[in-house]
Amino acid sequence: MSADLSNNGLAIEFRNVSYRFGTGAELISDLNLQVRRTETLVLLGRSGSGKTTTLKLINALASPTSGEILVEGRPTTQWDPIRLRRGIGYVIQDAGLFPHFTVERNIALVPKIENWPPDRIHKRVMELLQLVGLDANLASRYPRELSGGQRQRVGVARALAADPPILLMDEPFGALDPITRAELQREFLSLQKRLEKTVVFVTHDLREALLLGTRIALMEAGKLVVALSPEEFVKSSDSMVKKYLDAFGSLPANNGTRGLA
Amino acid sequence: MNMFQFIAQNRTEVLELTLEHLWMVGISTLLAVMVGIPLGILITRWPALDKPVLGAANIIQTVPSLALFGFLLPVPWIGARAERLAILALTLYALLPLIRNTYAGIKGVDSSVIEAGRGMGMTDRQLLFQVQLPLALGVIIAGVRVATVISVGLATIAAAIGAGGLGEYIFRGLAMVNNQLILAGAVPAAALALLADVSLGWLENRLASNVVVPQQ
Repeated sequence: MSADLSNNGLAIEFRNVSYRFGTGAELISDLNLQVRRTETLVLLGRSGSGKTTTLKLINALASPTSGEILVEGRPTTQWDPIRLRRGIGYVIQDAGLFPHFTVERNIALVPKIENWPPDRIHKRVMELLQLVGLDANLASRYPRELSGGQRQRVGVARALAADPPILLMDEPFGALDPITRAELQREFLSLQKRLEKTVVFVTHDLREALLLGTRIALMEAGKLVVALSPEEFVKSSDSMVKKYLDAFGSLPANNGTRGLA
Repeated sequence: MNMFQFIAQNRTEVLELTLEHLWMVGISTLLAVMVGIPLGILITRWPALDKPVLGAANIIQTVPSLALFGFLLPVPWIGARAERLAILALTLYALLPLIRNTYAGIKGVDSSVIEAGRGMGMTDRQLLFQVQLPLALGVIIAGVRVATVISVGLATIAAAIGAGGLGEYIFRGLAMVNNQLILAGAVPAAALALLADVSLGWLENRLASNVVVPQQ
């Protein structure tokens, strides 16, 4: 994916985007949102608030009913969807690994369909296993032989395989136990520091949002409520934000946000 | 003379009729696979067609076999030889399990797996051949298994229109009121059906064990 230099540091931009499925209710209403290069934007909100749909609009798994989404300065509708998606890493909740592929083949998915030479693919897979903290001898295992945390690491490795500049993560750590989850969150932070990807991260967990996000976009009923840095977010006087903060109880302000972690 | 003596004395003829039987079942199942699996795939991508196609295959299944042989008799080229006619009829009967299982197998693939593949930029074709078909293979083979077992049984009726096969003994035995003769056709036919069932069942299990959905 070639970078367009004319769009002043924006990786993704939503312009007045609305989306409805068939003739149903609007799932996204008049969304305006900008994602800067190398930032981690967290889409926060309760179930059904439109977070996942917003993510799918970016990699053209859904197309907007009105408005447009620019990726690298170009509307998604003008991208060849296959090319667009191969330039965007995608990680989903239960990893979505192919059960009939070994770990190695799962990670090699995009390089393979991009016709990399086999020795380059193998080298890349080994590199990625190390990057996500997995032992090289797991390469020949099947997903069902891995723990939930290991599967999710494979999911991340697969998304990073072709080194895409953008990463979409849909509640990637949602199904993990609290300890594994905390471990993967920490690793995500250090990985992100090194790789500097543009990340859009969906979660309904406020702590996760404060920990991982450089900015938090709160969504409710298909609308964007606010998009603030974690520090601004905890101090915000917006009623919806307050409601969310209250729901998570006595979250120590400023503690656990990314800047101070 | 009991059945075993009869089979022992007529082993060349029994073998011939068994091979004829296998030929009819084999060719018709092969044809049904070549038509049914692509049709099953087609209706997963063209949802408007799924009900009409499955409905039509269902209706064929409900036509009594003897009547179907009769209906096909006037068809040019096909009706000219009993063997062709029998193969066509058996093919039509085998379609339903194949179409239905292909359809159900592909539809049953975990949607998060498909979503991940699509999101990673796989084309429809790559998804079909690398993900959907391999994961549906166990269910599709189960369809082949059902179709084959049904065909082995139905093919005995084909003797009624002179297509040969083990049904020959059954109809001869019926005409001569000779139970041992009936058994000489029925027992080998049942054995063939069991053999097909067990061997395809083994294949199905082997394929399915490769693609077990991760358990949590």
